[in-house]
Amino acid sequence: MTQRKFQKTPVKMVPAPSYGILPERDVGERPVLETRNLGIDFGGLRAVEDFNLVIGKTEIAGLIGPNGAGKTTVFNLLTKVYQPTMGTVLINGRDTAGMNTVQANKLGIARTFQNIRLFGNMSVEDNVRIGLHNQIGYSTVSGILRLPSFWKGERAQHERALDLLSIFDMQDLAGHQAGSLPYGAQRRLEIVRALATNPSLLLLDEPAAGMNPHETEELMENIAKIRDKFKIAILLIEHDMNLVMGICEGICVLNYGRIIAKGTAEEIQNNPVVIEAYLGKQKEG
Amino acid sequence: MIQFLSYLLNGISLGSVYAIIALGYSMVYGIAKMLNFAHGDVIMIGAYMSFCAIQYWSLPPIAAIVLAIVVCTALGILIERMAYKPLRTATSLSVLITAIGVSWLLQNIALLIWGANPKSYQSLVNFGSLTLFDGQLHITSETFITIAANIIIMIALTLFTGKTKMGKAMRAVSEDKGAAELMGINVNATISMTFAIGSGLAAIAGVLLCSSYPVLMPTTGSMPGIKAFTAAVFGGIGSIPGALIGGILLGLIEILGKAYVSTELGDALVFAVLIIVLLVKPTGLLGKKVHEKV
Repeated sequence: MTQRKFQKTPVKMVPAPSYGILPERDVGERPVLETRNLGIDFGGLRAVEDFNLVIGKTEIAGLIGPNGAGKTTVFNLLTKVYQPTMGTVLINGRDTAGMNTVQANKLGIARTFQNIRLFGNMSVEDNVRIGLHNQIGYSTVSGILRLPSFWKGERAQHERALDLLSIFDMQDLAGHQAGSLPYGAQRRLEIVRALATNPSLLLLDEPAAGMNPHETEELMENIAKIRDKFKIAILLIEHDMNLVMGICEGICVLNYGRIIAKGTAEEIQNNPVVIEAYLGKQKEG
Repeated sequence: MIQFLSYLLNGISLGSVYAIIALGYSMVYGIAKMLNFAHGDVIMIGAYMSFCAIQYWSLPPIAAIVLAIVVCTALGILIERMAYKPLRTATSLSVLITAIGVSWLLQNIALLIWGANPKSYQSLVNFGSLTLFDGQLHITSETFITIAANIIIMIALTLFTGKTKMGKAMRAVSEDKGAAELMGINVNATISMTFAIGSGLAAIAGVLLCSSYPVLMPTTGSMPGIKAFTAAVFGGIGSIPGALIGGILLGLIEILGKAYVSTELGDALVFAVLIIVLLVKPTGLLGKKVHEKV
């Protein structure tokens, strides 16, 4: 695997707040993601407002909330699919105001989708290579003329794609058509494709949706593995509370477009405001 | 029998021109999800450019063809930037009407520059002809070159979309624009590239068409454009082999129809076939069913 270009910054290590699969977490000096008073209006409707979130360099964070709370809207704001109507998004300390999706991606943010959006007619390897598009390249001219740099780039892409697929033991599927893979494998391929863009923050939109408990268990291990291998931060939206409480070091609860609670799994589980949002208010007396 | 063979070759040759034009329609539709009805008029501009290069500037044929390709490629990118890009998020109907507007604009510009009188186009690929069966069958060099050009273009384009980085980016954009963008692919550049390739091919088609049928006027491109669009739909729009099969079949139907059924009804026959194919298989011969995302 290629070495990521991270400057060595002094890292403060603190014990993991939850469930034992993660040994330690570091809280880097410069967060990967920082949002300040982020918000968006759709016409008269304020979908998200005052969204403040800081994610450390190799942190796994969870974004939860009832249906329609605005979780995917937050993802769309972070990836610049929507331009925020207020507030700022900083990725690796850089303000993303006025940037488009491609530029945000180059700054180091990649995502998967709630409803799988692979390039179904293309092969598994080609899907990963689309992610590598800006990573390992050759000019169009050398592609047309088949210069040595073209073959070198092609070979490097091929090797890197197989290397990335091997995270999920999918290298044998490289030649298969992406659309013909089983559901779980498609979800995994989406993660691989996002990783191929060399992100420092990976956004996973309901990665465990439609998976059975065994697959979810495996996914949890793999998310931790990815974080350790690539040294990246991960923010995930998920309804599977076992997964969220199991691997997220920080959890942020969204309701009606506002953050109603932030904290560790334990804090969130015992937070009366969160319980109310999920289960409704308990009748008094 | 020899007569039939001659019709067959002419049909394949004409069909090859349709196929090359149909590629432009098909690729643009596949990626930008729009029907570029100005495509036929880009062919006409390409033909006029090569005509001027030979007639007025006395350039060699190769230079004339290259000039036509360069001008049309630039024109294609320009049209996309000026007319279609601002409408990227508009309804498909507005884009369609704009395309028709661009088509009229190009025709009228040509009318202003070159006038309404038909020009007689001097073939750029005339190297004599081959005579077989004791002089009963003449095969012109135009026929050969058109068919050969078609084969080369089809192979090159299939390799391009299947094997190169840019080609794969194009396929990714055609499948899911949003997801491609989030993977860091510059969708606007990819769409420009598609228009550039389509328009470059249109220039080649213009030269080949006018070399075989040497009458050039501002409306020269519109009828072949519409027939090539028919070919693209016939073969399954968005598919490269579909454009090839659709184009060749359409050329054959037209030539054989004109030869054996009726000269006047040749064109009508072409469109009748389109209607029948769409009734039986609405996605075209090689088209895939597209699932609309909710």
